[in-house]
Amino acid sequence: MIVAGCDVGSLTAEAVILDDNEIMSSEIIRVRPRPEQSAKDAMDKALANAGLSLEDIAYCVSTGYGRTKIPFANGNLSEISCHGKGAHWLIPSVRTVIDIGGQDCKAIKVDKNGKLLKFVMNDKCAAGTGRFLEVMAKTLEVELGEIGPLSLSSQNPVVITNMCSIYAQIEVSFYIAQGADLHDVAAGINIAMAGRMKGLVAKVGVEEEVVITGGVAKNIGVVKHLEEMLNVSTKKLEVDPQIVGALGAALFARENSHQNGGD
Amino acid sequence: MIVAGCDVGSVMTKVVIMNGESLSHHIIETGFKPDIAAKNATDKALAKAALSFDDVKYCISTGDGGKNVSFANKYLSQLQCLSKGAYWLIPSVKTVVDAGGNATRAISVGKDGRVLSYRLNDKCAAGGGRFFEVLADALELKLDELGPLSQRSKNPLEIASQCTVFAESEVISLINEGKDPVDIIAGINRSITSRMASLIRDLGVRKDVVLVGGVAKNSGAVQSLEGYLGVSIKTVPTDPQIVGALGAALFAMDALKK
Repeated sequence: MIVAGCDVGSLTAEAVILDDNEIMSSEIIRVRPRPEQSAKDAMDKALANAGLSLEDIAYCVSTGYGRTKIPFANGNLSEISCHGKGAHWLIPSVRTVIDIGGQDCKAIKVDKNGKLLKFVMNDKCAAGTGRFLEVMAKTLEVELGEIGPLSLSSQNPVVITNMCSIYAQIEVSFYIAQGADLHDVAAGINIAMAGRMKGLVAKVGVEEEVVITGGVAKNIGVVKHLEEMLNVSTKKLEVDPQIVGALGAALFARENSHQNGGD
Repeated sequence: MIVAGCDVGSVMTKVVIMNGESLSHHIIETGFKPDIAAKNATDKALAKAALSFDDVKYCISTGDGGKNVSFANKYLSQLQCLSKGAYWLIPSVKTVVDAGGNATRAISVGKDGRVLSYRLNDKCAAGGGRFFEVLADALELKLDELGPLSQRSKNPLEIASQCTVFAESEVISLINEGKDPVDIIAGINRSITSRMASLIRDLGVRKDVVLVGGVAKNSGAVQSLEGYLGVSIKTVPTDPQIVGALGAALFAMDALKK
Protein backbone atom coordinates (compact mmCIF):
# COMPACT_ATOMS: atom_id res chain seq x y z
CA MET A 1 0.00 0.00 0.00
CA ILE A 2 1.24 3.48 -0.85
CA VAL A 3 0.58 6.37 1.52
CA ALA A 4 1.77 9.96 1.75
CA GLY A 5 2.55 12.68 4.25
CA CYS A 6 2.57 16.37 3.50
CA ASP A 7 4.11 19.00 5.80
CA VAL A 8 3.30 22.61 4.90
CA GLY A 9 5.46 24.91 6.98
CA SER A 10 5.92 28.64 6.99
CA LEU A 11 8.96 28.66 4.71
CA THR A 12 9.09 25.22 3.05
CA ALA A 13 6.69 22.40 2.27
CA GLU A 14 7.63 18.73 2.14
CA ALA A 15 5.95 15.59 0.82
CA VAL A 16 6.98 12.00 1.53
CA ILE A 17 5.61 8.93 -0.26
CA LEU A 18 5.85 5.69 1.64
CA ASP A 19 5.63 2.13 0.43
CA ASP A 20 5.08 -0.72 2.88
CA ASN A 21 8.34 -0.13 4.62
CA GLU A 22 10.44 2.32 2.70
CA ILE A 23 10.49 5.90 1.53
CA MET A 24 9.71 5.83 -2.19
CA SER A 25 10.31 9.52 -2.74
CA SER A 26 10.36 12.88 -1.04
CA GLU A 27 10.35 16.51 -2.09
CA ILE A 28 11.10 19.85 -0.43
CA ILE A 29 9.91 23.10 -1.97
CA ARG A 30 9.89 26.76 -0.98
CA VAL A 31 6.31 27.66 0.01
CA ARG A 32 3.93 29.38 -2.40
CA PRO A 33 1.59 32.14 -1.19
CA ARG A 34 -1.21 29.65 -0.39
CA PRO A 35 -0.77 26.42 1.59
CA GLU A 36 -2.88 24.37 -0.85
CA GLN A 37 -0.61 25.41 -3.73
CA SER A 38 2.48 24.54 -1.69
CA ALA A 39 1.06 21.13 -0.78
CA LYS A 40 0.07 20.36 -4.37
CA ASP A 41 3.47 21.39 -5.75
CA ALA A 42 5.39 19.34 -3.21
CA MET A 43 3.10 16.33 -3.67
CA ASP A 44 3.11 16.51 -7.48
CA LYS A 45 6.90 16.57 -7.52
CA ALA A 46 7.20 13.71 -5.04
CA LEU A 47 4.69 11.68 -7.08
CA ALA A 48 6.58 12.40 -10.31
CA ASN A 49 9.86 11.30 -8.67
CA ALA A 50 8.23 7.94 -7.88
CA GLY A 51 6.39 7.67 -11.23
CA LEU A 52 3.02 7.75 -9.45
CA SER A 53 -0.15 9.81 -9.58
CA LEU A 54 -2.40 11.05 -6.77
CA GLU A 55 -4.86 8.18 -7.34
CA ASP A 56 -2.15 5.73 -6.27
CA ILE A 57 -2.10 7.21 -2.75
CA ALA A 58 -4.32 5.17 -0.42
CA TYR A 59 -4.22 7.67 2.41
CA CYS A 60 -2.59 11.05 3.01
CA VAL A 61 -2.04 12.89 6.29
CA SER A 62 -1.10 16.56 6.34
CA THR A 63 0.79 18.41 9.05
CA GLY A 64 2.43 21.76 9.67
CA TYR A 65 1.07 25.24 9.87
CA GLY A 66 -1.02 24.92 6.69
CA ARG A 67 -2.26 21.40 7.43
CA THR A 68 -6.01 22.13 7.60
CA LYS A 69 -6.09 23.63 4.11
CA ILE A 70 -4.88 20.65 2.06
CA PRO A 71 -7.77 19.38 -0.13
CA PHE A 72 -6.24 15.97 -0.92
CA ALA A 73 -5.39 15.08 2.70
CA ASN A 74 -7.58 12.48 4.42
CA GLY A 75 -6.68 13.77 7.83
CA ASN A 76 -4.29 16.07 9.64
CA LEU A 77 -2.12 15.93 12.75
CA SER A 78 0.09 18.36 14.64
CA GLU A 79 3.70 18.62 13.56
CA ILE A 80 4.76 17.75 17.09
CA SER A 81 3.30 14.25 16.85
CA CYS A 82 4.64 13.87 13.31
CA HIS A 83 8.21 14.89 14.15
CA GLY A 84 8.24 12.47 17.10
CA LYS A 85 6.84 9.69 14.94
CA GLY A 86 9.18 10.27 12.01
CA ALA A 87 12.31 10.57 14.14
CA HIS A 88 11.43 7.41 16.09
CA TRP A 89 10.90 5.42 12.88
CA LEU A 90 14.33 6.49 11.60
CA ILE A 91 16.10 6.00 14.93
CA PRO A 92 14.06 3.80 17.32
CA SER A 93 16.32 4.64 20.29
CA VAL A 94 15.45 8.35 20.06
CA ARG A 95 13.92 9.95 23.17
CA THR A 96 14.47 13.68 22.52
CA VAL A 97 13.65 15.34 19.20
CA ILE A 98 14.76 18.93 18.67
CA ASP A 99 12.99 20.42 15.67
CA ILE A 100 14.24 23.79 14.47
CA GLY A 101 12.09 25.04 11.64
CA GLY A 102 11.76 28.24 9.71
CA GLN A 103 9.41 29.98 12.08
CA ASP A 104 9.30 27.93 15.27
CA CYS A 105 11.33 25.51 17.35
CA LYS A 106 10.30 22.62 19.54
CA ALA A 107 11.78 20.17 21.99
CA ILE A 108 9.85 16.89 22.01
CA LYS A 109 10.14 13.90 24.33
CA VAL A 110 8.94 10.51 23.09
CA ASP A 111 8.75 7.08 24.73
CA LYS A 112 10.23 3.83 23.41
CA ASN A 113 7.28 3.44 21.04
CA GLY A 114 7.68 6.94 19.61
CA LYS A 115 4.62 8.19 21.46
CA LEU A 116 4.62 11.85 22.45
CA LEU A 117 5.32 12.36 26.18
CA LYS A 118 5.78 16.11 26.41
CA PHE A 119 6.98 19.07 24.42
CA VAL A 120 7.78 22.76 24.58
CA MET A 121 7.52 25.06 21.65
CA ASN A 122 8.48 28.62 20.74
CA ASP A 123 6.49 30.08 17.91
CA LYS A 124 6.19 33.60 19.34
CA CYS A 125 9.71 34.89 18.92
CA ALA A 126 12.06 34.56 15.95
CA ALA A 127 15.08 33.98 18.20
CA GLY A 128 16.04 30.32 18.00
CA THR A 129 14.27 29.71 14.70
CA GLY A 130 15.40 29.55 11.10
CA ARG A 131 14.18 33.11 10.65
CA PHE A 132 16.92 34.33 12.99
CA LEU A 133 19.51 32.69 10.73
CA GLU A 134 17.85 34.14 7.62
CA VAL A 135 17.98 37.65 9.07
CA MET A 136 21.65 37.11 9.93
CA ALA A 137 22.56 35.63 6.54
CA LYS A 138 21.12 38.74 4.91
CA THR A 139 23.10 40.96 7.27
CA LEU A 140 26.32 39.06 6.54
CA GLU A 141 25.46 38.98 2.81
CA VAL A 142 26.02 35.23 2.62
CA GLU A 143 23.74 32.35 1.70
CA LEU A 144 21.81 30.74 4.55
CA GLY A 145 23.69 27.48 4.02
CA GLU A 146 27.08 29.16 4.39
CA ILE A 147 26.72 30.24 8.02
CA GLY A 148 27.44 26.72 9.33
CA PRO A 149 30.62 26.00 7.36
CA LEU A 150 31.89 29.58 7.82
CA SER A 151 31.69 29.29 11.59
CA LEU A 152 33.79 26.13 11.86
CA SER A 153 37.15 27.84 11.41
CA SER A 154 36.44 30.56 13.97
CA GLN A 155 38.99 30.96 16.76
CA ASN A 156 37.31 33.81 18.64
CA PRO A 157 33.54 33.81 18.22
CA VAL A 158 31.92 37.20 18.86
CA VAL A 159 29.44 37.37 21.74
CA ILE A 160 25.91 38.31 20.75
CA THR A 161 24.21 39.67 23.85
CA ASN A 162 20.78 40.46 22.40
CA MET A 163 18.22 37.71 22.17
CA CYS A 164 15.83 39.73 20.00
CA SER A 165 16.58 39.10 16.31
CA ILE A 166 16.06 42.78 15.49
CA TYR A 167 18.50 43.97 18.13
CA ALA A 168 20.94 41.13 17.43
CA GLN A 169 20.97 42.21 13.79
CA ILE A 170 22.08 45.69 14.86
CA GLU A 171 24.74 44.09 17.05
CA VAL A 172 26.01 41.96 14.16
CA SER A 173 26.10 44.99 11.85
CA PHE A 174 28.18 46.74 14.50
CA TYR A 175 30.67 43.84 14.65
CA ILE A 176 30.99 43.85 10.86
CA ALA A 177 31.50 47.63 10.80
CA GLN A 178 34.23 47.26 13.41
CA GLY A 179 36.00 44.82 11.10
CA ALA A 180 35.28 41.60 13.00
CA ASP A 181 36.24 38.41 11.17
CA LEU A 182 33.30 36.94 9.23
CA HIS A 183 34.03 33.47 10.63
CA ASP A 184 33.89 34.79 14.19
CA VAL A 185 30.59 36.58 13.54
CA ALA A 186 29.09 33.44 11.97
CA ALA A 187 30.22 31.40 14.98
CA GLY A 188 28.69 33.96 17.34
CA ILE A 189 25.39 33.67 15.47
CA ASN A 190 25.40 29.88 15.71
CA ILE A 191 26.25 30.01 19.41
CA ALA A 192 23.35 32.40 19.99
CA MET A 193 21.00 30.01 18.15
CA ALA A 194 22.26 26.99 20.09
CA GLY A 195 21.99 28.87 23.39
CA ARG A 196 18.37 29.69 22.77
CA MET A 197 17.63 26.03 21.90
CA LYS A 198 19.47 24.82 24.99
CA GLY A 199 17.03 26.75 27.17
CA LEU A 200 14.06 25.21 25.39
CA VAL A 201 15.44 21.67 25.54
CA ALA A 202 16.21 22.04 29.26
CA LYS A 203 12.48 22.50 29.89
CA VAL A 204 11.68 18.96 28.70
CA GLY A 205 14.95 17.46 29.92
CA VAL A 206 17.61 15.89 27.70
CA GLU A 207 17.44 12.15 27.30
CA GLU A 208 19.50 10.24 24.76
CA GLU A 209 19.31 9.52 21.95
CA VAL A 210 18.89 13.08 20.74
CA VAL A 211 17.97 13.90 17.15
CA ILE A 212 17.80 17.32 15.50
CA THR A 213 15.26 17.76 12.71
CA GLY A 214 14.13 20.69 10.58
CA GLY A 215 16.10 22.93 8.25
CA VAL A 216 18.46 24.27 10.92
CA ALA A 217 19.74 20.69 11.50
CA LYS A 218 21.66 21.32 8.26
CA ASN A 219 23.70 24.05 9.96
CA ILE A 220 26.74 22.14 11.17
CA GLY A 221 27.78 25.01 13.46
CA VAL A 222 24.48 25.13 15.37
CA VAL A 223 24.55 21.32 15.74
CA LYS A 224 28.12 21.36 17.04
CA HIS A 225 27.49 24.08 19.62
CA LEU A 226 24.20 22.57 20.76
CA GLU A 227 25.90 19.21 21.26
CA GLU A 228 28.58 20.89 23.37
CA MET A 229 26.02 22.82 25.43
CA LEU A 230 23.83 19.77 26.06
CA ASN A 231 26.84 17.51 26.49
CA VAL A 232 25.46 14.88 24.12
CA SER A 233 26.29 13.77 20.63
CA THR A 234 23.23 13.83 18.44
CA LYS A 235 22.29 11.02 16.07
CA LYS A 236 22.65 11.86 12.40
CA LEU A 237 19.71 11.06 10.16
CA GLU A 238 20.02 9.14 6.93
CA VAL A 239 17.39 11.32 5.30
CA ASP A 240 17.11 15.06 4.87
CA PRO A 241 16.22 16.43 8.34
CA GLN A 242 13.58 18.66 6.78
CA ILE A 243 11.36 15.74 5.71
CA VAL A 244 10.94 14.18 9.17
CA GLY A 245 7.58 15.85 9.80
CA ALA A 246 6.18 14.73 6.44
CA LEU A 247 7.60 11.27 7.05
CA GLY A 248 5.83 11.09 10.41
CA ALA A 249 2.59 12.17 8.71
CA ALA A 250 3.03 9.39 6.13
CA LEU A 251 3.59 6.86 8.93
CA PHE A 252 0.36 8.00 10.60
CA ALA A 253 -1.33 7.74 7.18
CA ARG A 254 -0.27 4.09 6.99
CA GLU A 255 -1.67 3.36 10.46
CA ASN A 256 -4.93 5.13 9.68
CA SER A 257 -5.40 3.37 6.36
CA HIS A 258 -4.95 0.02 8.12
CA GLN A 259 -7.56 0.99 10.70
CA ASN A 260 -9.90 2.08 7.92
CA GLY A 261 -9.65 -1.31 6.23
CA GLY A 262 -6.86 -0.32 3.87
CA ASP A 263 -9.12 0.80 1.05
CA MET B 1 27.36 80.14 30.04
CA ILE B 2 27.35 77.60 27.22
CA VAL B 3 26.90 73.89 27.83
CA ALA B 4 26.18 70.78 25.75
CA GLY B 5 24.10 67.66 26.30
CA CYS B 6 24.89 64.76 24.07
CA ASP B 7 22.54 61.76 23.84
CA VAL B 8 24.10 58.97 21.78
CA GLY B 9 21.30 56.52 21.09
CA SER B 10 21.67 53.23 19.28
CA VAL B 11 20.01 54.70 16.20
CA MET B 12 20.13 58.51 16.50
CA THR B 13 22.53 60.92 18.19
CA LYS B 14 20.95 64.05 19.61
CA VAL B 15 22.82 67.14 20.83
CA VAL B 16 21.42 70.17 22.64
CA ILE B 17 23.46 73.33 23.14
CA MET B 18 22.25 75.68 25.90
CA ASN B 19 23.37 79.26 25.90
CA GLY B 20 21.63 80.62 28.97
CA GLU B 21 17.96 79.99 28.22
CA SER B 22 18.34 79.67 24.47
CA LEU B 23 18.63 76.29 22.84
CA SER B 24 19.85 74.85 19.61
CA HIS B 25 19.90 71.21 18.72
CA HIS B 26 20.90 68.76 16.04
CA ILE B 27 20.04 65.10 15.34
CA ILE B 28 22.05 62.72 13.17
CA GLU B 29 22.25 58.97 12.70
CA THR B 30 24.66 57.32 15.12
CA GLY B 31 26.05 54.85 12.59
CA PHE B 32 28.92 52.72 13.79
CA LYS B 33 31.20 55.38 15.28
CA PRO B 34 29.40 56.94 18.24
CA ASP B 35 32.24 59.30 19.14
CA ILE B 36 32.36 60.76 15.64
CA ALA B 37 28.56 61.03 15.47
CA ALA B 38 28.60 62.90 18.79
CA LYS B 39 31.28 65.33 17.59
CA ASN B 40 29.50 65.95 14.27
CA ALA B 41 26.12 66.53 15.89
CA THR B 42 27.71 68.88 18.45
CA ASP B 43 29.45 70.90 15.73
CA LYS B 44 26.20 71.21 13.76
CA ALA B 45 24.20 72.27 16.83
CA LEU B 46 26.90 74.85 17.69
CA ALA B 47 26.91 76.18 14.13
CA LYS B 48 23.14 76.80 14.37
CA ALA B 49 23.80 78.99 17.40
CA ALA B 50 26.82 80.64 15.73
CA LEU B 51 29.09 79.16 18.39
CA SER B 52 32.25 77.08 18.23
CA PHE B 53 33.42 73.99 20.10
CA ASP B 54 35.73 76.01 22.38
CA ASP B 55 32.74 77.95 23.71
CA VAL B 56 31.33 74.84 25.41
CA LYS B 57 32.19 75.04 29.10
CA TYR B 58 30.75 71.70 30.17
CA CYS B 59 29.35 68.69 28.36
CA ILE B 60 27.38 65.75 29.70
CA SER B 61 26.79 62.65 27.62
CA THR B 62 24.06 60.04 27.95
CA GLY B 63 22.56 57.18 25.95
CA ASP B 64 23.71 53.69 24.91
CA GLY B 65 26.84 55.08 23.24
CA GLY B 66 27.24 58.01 25.64
CA LYS B 67 30.24 56.48 27.41
CA ASN B 68 32.19 56.65 24.15
CA VAL B 69 32.01 60.45 23.92
CA SER B 70 35.62 61.42 24.54
CA PHE B 71 34.97 65.17 24.89
CA ALA B 72 32.24 64.82 27.55
CA ASN B 73 33.06 65.86 31.09
CA LYS B 74 30.67 63.38 32.59
CA TYR B 75 28.22 60.60 31.71
CA LEU B 76 24.73 60.29 33.21
CA SER B 77 22.04 57.67 32.68
CA GLN B 78 19.27 58.16 30.14
CA LEU B 79 16.65 57.77 32.86
CA GLN B 80 18.01 60.75 34.81
CA CYS B 81 18.37 62.89 31.70
CA LEU B 82 14.93 62.05 30.28
CA SER B 83 13.28 62.79 33.58
CA LYS B 84 15.16 66.08 33.97
CA GLY B 85 14.44 67.23 30.42
CA ALA B 86 10.75 66.35 30.50
CA TYR B 87 10.30 68.08 33.87
CA TRP B 88 11.93 71.26 32.55
CA LEU B 89 9.62 71.29 29.52
CA ILE B 90 6.42 70.24 31.34
CA PRO B 91 6.73 70.78 35.13
CA SER B 92 3.42 68.96 35.79
CA VAL B 93 4.88 65.68 34.46
CA LYS B 94 4.60 62.61 36.71
CA THR B 95 5.20 59.87 34.12
CA VAL B 96 7.65 60.05 31.22
CA VAL B 97 7.42 57.45 28.48
CA ASP B 98 10.39 57.30 26.15
CA ALA B 99 9.88 55.18 23.06
CA GLY B 100 13.15 55.27 21.20
CA GLY B 101 14.93 53.17 18.63
CA ASN B 102 16.18 50.38 20.85
CA ALA B 103 14.28 50.56 24.10
CA THR B 104 11.06 51.70 25.70
CA ARG B 105 11.25 53.29 29.12
CA ALA B 106 8.54 54.39 31.50
CA ILE B 107 9.74 56.65 34.31
CA SER B 108 7.90 57.83 37.37
CA VAL B 109 9.01 61.43 38.01
CA GLY B 110 9.28 62.91 41.50
CA LYS B 111 10.17 66.26 42.99
CA ASP B 112 12.43 68.48 40.86
CA GLY B 113 12.34 65.95 38.04
CA ARG B 114 14.05 63.17 39.93
CA VAL B 115 13.60 59.52 38.96
CA LEU B 116 11.38 57.66 41.45
CA SER B 117 11.10 54.33 39.66
CA TYR B 118 11.09 53.01 36.13
CA ARG B 119 10.31 50.09 33.83
CA LEU B 120 12.47 49.22 30.86
CA ASN B 121 12.09 47.00 27.83
CA ASP B 122 15.30 46.72 25.90
CA LYS B 123 15.09 42.95 25.37
CA CYS B 124 12.48 42.70 22.65
CA ALA B 125 11.84 45.04 19.73
CA ALA B 126 8.06 44.54 20.00
CA GLY B 127 6.57 47.62 21.61
CA GLY B 128 9.51 49.81 20.64
CA GLY B 129 10.39 52.33 17.98
CA ARG B 130 12.43 49.87 15.96
CA PHE B 131 9.20 47.97 15.20
CA PHE B 132 7.85 51.07 13.42
CA GLU B 133 11.02 51.40 11.35
CA VAL B 134 10.92 47.79 10.22
CA LEU B 135 7.26 48.02 9.30
CA ALA B 136 7.55 51.42 7.62
CA ASP B 137 10.26 49.85 5.44
CA ALA B 138 7.95 46.92 4.63
CA LEU B 139 5.24 49.40 3.57
CA GLU B 140 7.77 51.62 1.78
CA LEU B 141 6.73 54.63 3.82
CA LYS B 142 8.59 57.22 5.85
CA LEU B 143 8.24 57.02 9.63
CA ASP B 144 6.44 60.35 9.95
CA GLU B 145 3.83 59.29 7.38
CA LEU B 146 2.52 56.50 9.62
CA GLY B 147 0.64 58.76 12.07
CA PRO B 148 -1.54 60.81 9.71
CA LEU B 149 -2.28 57.76 7.52
CA SER B 150 -3.37 55.60 10.45
CA GLN B 151 -5.86 58.20 11.63
CA ARG B 152 -7.84 57.74 8.42
CA SER B 153 -8.46 54.06 9.18
CA LYS B 154 -12.00 52.92 9.95
CA ASN B 155 -11.14 49.24 10.45
CA PRO B 156 -7.73 48.74 12.03
CA LEU B 157 -6.46 45.24 11.30
CA GLU B 158 -5.20 42.99 14.03
CA ILE B 159 -1.51 42.11 13.82
CA ALA B 160 -1.34 38.71 15.53
CA SER B 161 2.45 38.33 15.72
CA GLN B 162 4.22 39.85 18.67
CA CYS B 163 7.71 39.30 17.30
CA THR B 164 8.81 42.11 14.99
CA VAL B 165 10.38 39.66 12.54
CA PHE B 166 7.16 37.65 12.29
CA ALA B 167 5.00 40.80 12.22
CA GLU B 168 6.98 42.04 9.21
CA SER B 169 6.03 38.85 7.32
CA GLU B 170 2.45 39.24 8.48
CA VAL B 171 2.33 42.81 7.19
CA ILE B 172 3.75 41.70 3.84
CA SER B 173 1.04 38.99 3.63
CA LEU B 174 -1.63 41.59 4.42
CA ILE B 175 -0.29 43.85 1.67
CA ASN B 176 -0.31 40.91 -0.76
CA GLU B 177 -3.89 40.09 0.21
CA GLY B 178 -4.79 43.60 -0.94
CA LYS B 179 -5.66 45.01 2.48
CA ASP B 180 -5.82 48.79 2.79
CA PRO B 181 -2.38 50.05 3.95
CA VAL B 182 -4.17 52.62 6.11
CA ASP B 183 -5.82 49.80 8.11
CA ILE B 184 -2.51 47.92 8.31
CA ILE B 185 -0.74 50.98 9.74
CA ALA B 186 -3.53 51.54 12.26
CA GLY B 187 -3.15 47.88 13.27
CA ILE B 188 0.60 48.36 13.72
CA ASN B 189 0.03 51.42 15.92
CA ARG B 190 -2.37 49.45 18.09
CA SER B 191 -0.07 46.46 18.31
CA ILE B 192 2.91 48.53 19.44
CA THR B 193 1.07 50.83 21.80
CA SER B 194 -0.77 47.97 23.52
CA ARG B 195 2.61 46.58 24.53
CA MET B 196 3.85 50.01 25.58
CA ALA B 197 0.69 50.39 27.67
CA SER B 198 1.45 47.15 29.57
CA LEU B 199 4.87 48.48 30.50
CA ILE B 200 3.42 51.81 31.68
CA ARG B 201 0.60 50.17 33.65
CA ASP B 202 3.16 47.97 35.38
CA LEU B 203 4.90 51.15 36.57
CA GLY B 204 1.63 52.92 37.39
CA VAL B 205 -0.04 55.65 35.34
CA ARG B 206 0.27 59.04 37.06
CA LYS B 207 -0.82 62.19 35.30
CA ASP B 208 0.55 64.10 33.53
CA VAL B 209 1.88 61.48 31.17
CA VAL B 210 4.43 62.82 28.69
CA LEU B 211 5.52 60.82 25.66
CA VAL B 212 8.99 61.49 24.26
CA GLY B 213 11.31 59.77 21.78
CA GLY B 214 10.76 59.21 18.07
CA VAL B 215 7.42 57.43 18.54
CA ALA B 216 5.92 60.66 19.92
CA LYS B 217 6.08 62.01 16.36
CA ASN B 218 3.52 59.39 15.32
CA SER B 219 0.18 61.04 16.10
CA GLY B 220 -1.67 57.78 15.47
CA ALA B 221 0.42 55.96 18.06
CA VAL B 222 -0.12 58.77 20.59
CA GLN B 223 -3.89 58.57 20.09
CA SER B 224 -3.89 54.79 20.34
CA LEU B 225 -1.79 54.84 23.53
CA GLU B 226 -4.22 57.36 25.04
CA GLY B 227 -7.02 54.88 24.31
CA TYR B 228 -5.22 52.03 26.06
CA LEU B 229 -4.21 54.08 29.12
CA GLY B 230 -7.45 56.04 29.39
CA VAL B 231 -5.60 59.32 29.97
CA SER B 232 -4.64 62.14 27.66
CA ILE B 233 -0.97 62.24 26.79
CA LYS B 234 1.11 65.39 26.54
CA THR B 235 3.81 65.85 23.98
CA VAL B 236 6.65 68.30 24.41
CA PRO B 237 6.77 71.72 22.69
CA THR B 238 10.04 70.80 20.98
CA ASP B 239 11.37 67.82 19.05
CA PRO B 240 10.49 64.82 21.29
CA GLN B 241 13.74 63.09 20.37
CA ILE B 242 15.95 65.68 22.10
CA VAL B 243 14.53 65.41 25.64
CA GLY B 244 17.36 63.19 26.89
CA ALA B 245 20.00 65.49 25.41
CA LEU B 246 18.19 68.49 26.89
CA GLY B 247 18.26 66.85 30.32
CA ALA B 248 21.99 66.24 29.93
CA ALA B 249 22.50 69.92 29.04
CA LEU B 250 20.46 70.97 32.08
CA PHE B 251 22.64 68.79 34.32
CA ALA B 252 25.70 70.37 32.68
CA MET B 253 24.29 73.81 33.54
CA ASP B 254 23.74 72.70 37.16
CA ALA B 255 27.32 71.41 37.32
CA LEU B 256 28.69 74.80 36.26
CA LYS B 257 26.52 76.70 38.74
CA LYS B 258 27.90 74.72 41.68
